Amino acid sequence: MTPPDALLSVRDLRVRFTTRHGPVDAVRGVSLAVEAGRCLAVVGESGSGKSVTARALIGLAGSNATVDATTMTFEGRSLLSLGERRWRRLRGARIGFVLQDALTSLDPLRRIEDEVAEPLDVHADLGRRERAERVRSLLGDVGIPDPAQRARQYPHELSGGLRQRALIASAIAAGPSLVVADEPTTALDVTIQAQVLDLLADMRDAGTAVLLISHDLTVVARMADHVAVMYAGLVVEEGPAAQVLHEPVHPYTRALLAAAPTLDPRGPAPTQIARLAPPTTGPGCPYRSRCALADARCHGELPALRATGDGPSLARCWHADAAEPLPTPAPRTVGTTTSGRRVVLEVDGVSKRFRVPGGGRRRAVDGVSFSLRAGEALGLVGESGSGKSTIAQIALGMLGPDDGRVLLDGASWSELREPDRRPHRSRIQLIQQDPLSSFDPRFTVERIIGEGLGQPSRRGAAAHRSRVVELLHRVGLDATILDRRGPQLSGGQRQRVAIARALGPEPEILVCDEPVSALDVSIQAQILDLFDTLRRDLGVALLFISHDLGVINRMCERVLVMKDGAIVEEGPVGDVLHTPRHAYTRELLAAVSADPATGRTPVRTGPTSVPEGRPT
Amino acid sequence: MVTTRWWLRRAGLGVLVIWGAATLSFIGLHLLSGDPARIIAGGGGAVSGSSEQILARINEQYGFHEPLIVQYGRFLGQLARGDLGMSYQLNQRVTTVIVDQLGPTVALALGAAVLGFGLALVLAVGTAGRPRAESLFSTLELLFVSTPSFWVGILLLTVFSFRLGWFPVFGNEGVASLVLPWLTLALPITGTLALVMRDGLQRALEQPFATTVLARGATATRLRLRHALRHALLPVLTLSGWTLGTLLGGVVVIETVFARAGIGQVAVTAVNGRDLPVVTGVVLVATVVFVVINTALDALTRVVDPRLRGVPE
Amino acid sequence: MTTVLHGEPPAGLPPVTELPAARALRRTPWLGPALALAFFLAVCLLAAFPDAFAGDPAAIDPVNAFRDPAPGHLLGTDQLGRDTWARVVHGARASLALGFGATALAALVGIAWGLAAGLGGRLVDEATMRVADIFMAVPTTLMALLVVAVLGAGGPSVAVAIAVSLAPGFARVVRVQTQVVKHAGYVQAATALGVRRRGVVGRHIVPNVLPPMLVLATMNVGQSIIAGASLSFLGLGPQASSSEWGSLLSDARDHLQDAWAPAVFPGLAIALTVISISVLGRELRLRFEGRTER
Repeated sequence: MTPPDALLSVRDLRVRFTTRHGPVDAVRGVSLAVEAGRCLAVVGESGSGKSVTARALIGLAGSNATVDATTMTFEGRSLLSLGERRWRRLRGARIGFVLQDALTSLDPLRRIEDEVAEPLDVHADLGRRERAERVRSLLGDVGIPDPAQRARQYPHELSGGLRQRALIASAIAAGPSLVVADEPTTALDVTIQAQVLDLLADMRDAGTAVLLISHDLTVVARMADHVAVMYAGLVVEEGPAAQVLHEPVHPYTRALLAAAPTLDPRGPAPTQIARLAPPTTGPGCPYRSRCALADARCHGELPALRATGDGPSLARCWHADAAEPLPTPAPRTVGTTTSGRRVVLEVDGVSKRFRVPGGGRRRAVDGVSFSLRAGEALGLVGESGSGKSTIAQIALGMLGPDDGRVLLDGASWSELREPDRRPHRSRIQLIQQDPLSSFDPRFTVERIIGEGLGQPSRRGAAAHRSRVVELLHRVGLDATILDRRGPQLSGGQRQRVAIARALGPEPEILVCDEPVSALDVSIQAQILDLFDTLRRDLGVALLFISHDLGVINRMCERVLVMKDGAIVEEGPVGDVLHTPRHAYTRELLAAVSADPATGRTPVRTGPTSVPEGRPT
Repeated sequence: MVTTRWWLRRAGLGVLVIWGAATLSFIGLHLLSGDPARIIAGGGGAVSGSSEQILARINEQYGFHEPLIVQYGRFLGQLARGDLGMSYQLNQRVTTVIVDQLGPTVALALGAAVLGFGLALVLAVGTAGRPRAESLFSTLELLFVSTPSFWVGILLLTVFSFRLGWFPVFGNEGVASLVLPWLTLALPITGTLALVMRDGLQRALEQPFATTVLARGATATRLRLRHALRHALLPVLTLSGWTLGTLLGGVVVIETVFARAGIGQVAVTAVNGRDLPVVTGVVLVATVVFVVINTALDALTRVVDPRLRGVPE
Repeated sequence: MTTVLHGEPPAGLPPVTELPAARALRRTPWLGPALALAFFLAVCLLAAFPDAFAGDPAAIDPVNAFRDPAPGHLLGTDQLGRDTWARVVHGARASLALGFGATALAALVGIAWGLAAGLGGRLVDEATMRVADIFMAVPTTLMALLVVAVLGAGGPSVAVAIAVSLAPGFARVVRVQTQVVKHAGYVQAATALGVRRRGVVGRHIVPNVLPPMLVLATMNVGQSIIAGASLSFLGLGPQASSSEWGSLLSDARDHLQDAWAPAVFPGLAIALTVISISVLGRELRLRFEGRTER
């Protein structure tokens, strides 16, 4: 399977860490090959061994790691038993390395020019002027405007996208033939992610080999030629990108693809990785405890990576040929129309400015108006810094607007003094992104939920408790967790407890500020199901704030798209997602790259290589 | 780099702090300590033999009979001209007393600062990244923060001066008389700074950028000296207030232990004799030194760490 | 001020080289704190009932002056033939009283100060913190000297002097902690649920601000004992006959050429007491912040 002209070729790579608790096999026999001008993507969840693989390829697996392979060649030379001095000659010069999150991957105390030029300082002896010129042209190459000025700045003075570009510039400074990019876009907003990936794709088209490490299939779908899916230190499926993403064979790949947020109007196929068990050790398939198809053979023997059916893909699964369908979930219930109902929350021309360090004022929210009807689920989507959380604060009456007003059930709300507002607070409740921090660390579940029910009288203690239990049942939990504290709950349980607390005062409106973005995909789906149920059973209206179009599509009837504090587009979810009118909405949609199975971006607007200008 | 605006703001804050300390001193001097004339006449609280006449003359001489607000105004006015008033007991201007004794104290404090920082640097760079040293440092830290430095001075005196006779037992004669005081004053500073620097180095080496630097083909030495060391200096600068306080307070005690002349001795004698103008004078001078040096080090922090520059405070 | 040193929860007493004693400490993480607690309780016992454990600290016996430690005078004698053990035991009460008294006073004032700054408006905050700036700009020892100069020498004024220099530190930490808690998710959740401000402060803010202060206070007890000893050493401390440890050292300083024992043991008493308190403080801290694997 190794092409003869592979630039990098690895066979049976094994990495073992010696730890206090005994040896850990992080990579258990991985074979890879990357050709010049091609992109190989290694996909997997955290702990799958993908990052360790990447580090082993540049000899930086760590001092407690033992790296072993049958062959490991790069540019025709073996990398096995290379001395530290030889490694250094390769690193930065022949192999460039791009890490996640340039804010921490660039030395924050040094200027961009010094960071970009470091490979040159180490590998080439350039004169001062030549070095400066080279830095400038590199920064220009990666699409950073004003290279001369940017070069004098520090990493924190650049926006996330520009920083990542600078990091890439530093990786390619000495003209390497291979670039290893480990989660290069994970910390970025989706539109900027797309731009950075396009830059990497341009490099690949110019002849550089790219090894892309990612957990995100949408990222991979955008630029990979070849995909290897890793699980528990093994490659479980590999093949041409189109093949793996369109016709996945391994149950794990299929589950990964199914769980990715989608803009399909039918909603996503939920929860196939529901049982999120850690990889199983011992002989047998490591995925067996999570796999719907697992049988006796899977428990007894580890399948080999072998060709499947007709395609060029390889998969490590006993059931690959059978291609049995995974159990399909029931289609989701479509929300009822709510357009005729009364308006419960009206936000009318609201603006809010904040002081910024240095003396100026920044407009966080600018003339926003919308209304939420009883029982409706209204989505509010935007990237970080778009002002959506400020809207949540204003809607809740936690923050007063500078201009405009908020009406609750047609009565004034934002203009009330807090003592006058307090009696009505029960009507509108909040679900926060991080439930754990929303629990007083000293409180048990009983006290957390009980707080919204008023102080129990001495005689009413039993009634108080039974009401708490009733609320727990309502969110799918039971009384056994009453005496636990926040840290003793799982992520999903925490968010359920937070929801139970918010339901205590019997609100008409739930303001949900990124309620599932801190959760694993499978738990996410369960919590979204819960919100659906609550809306149907209790008729509570949702103001649902998220950065994730897939989640909004799953939850809401109507959506507001927010950018820089203003609403740029508004309408029924189906219309907005399928016939977006505003350029920014199109950009957002393009960035999530529709669904991984169809590969490339469906809608493309303008040259994406134009970097964003948002300063930080 | 560091903007004029920042300097102006810091200068304003510094003046405010010094004015506050001066006011505190004045309150102590005139409101809380009872009748100053009696203190001058009796050298203590109780005056038995002094006649009203003597008190009246003292009141006249020092201006104690005037309204407090007038005295306060005069006090601040004198202060602005660098005049700290008259000593109650030495019949000298406080400024003269302090200037006369400044030399030995500055030599002591400066030497100890350099020694403390130098030793800390060597220890930190030498041990960062070595797991075994971790426990050693944890134990050392515990010892340094738990041992009174004047006792360490006494132990050093016992061993090196009285038993071994290597250094003089007391006095200000030459460098030999400074070795033990320097060491005594430097040890707690070394302990703390080495710990903090080592921790900073270690943290920097664990940051993702360290991987990036190595991935560029740089050597481990280059990583330490060009990248990590700068990160390790930041927490040291943050601790400058603590270090300065330890130094300035330390000289008082150390001078007593080693029977050295200096500001510290002046202060202790003045406190025992309730010579309040001298005490407040020393306190104010120390405060000014503290504010000035601390501001300079804060400015240095902003030079080293560009991330702080955009942020006012 | 030493709180800055504890940025990372430090380990109890891990090994330097693998001596048997060190290995025992590493394998049984409770051993260090247990020993510290035992020692500290023993010191408290001595301080409470000094006469039960030692003879008269003021008994003069010129014939037996400057004795090295030996049976009869386990820790030797000073220039007047007074028994060092008796003097150290009888000094314990004054030292502990100084340490705890000063810390309690500082904590009381500092916590009230910090809560006022954290919960009051911006003006209150600004004003109180500038005052704290002023106090913190005067080096600790010198501030103490100033206070003693104003109030006169003696145990209570030394305690006040130490408290004055510690209180702003407490105030700052309480203020920061208050502001963190004030913006915590659970405070927002309680507000959304319609809990009154008084309820939020009493039920969420104060109870979450105070416990970490216990750790800070513990750490400060040790530092207060050292500061008290230093001031006593300078001759400003309690003037009673059963002298504080620092003044014992001051006595001994003048007779170093004749006897080492009186100069060593009171200092050792201070160091061991403060170490035991520090170890207990670290243990408390670990309990509060959760143990990290090392």
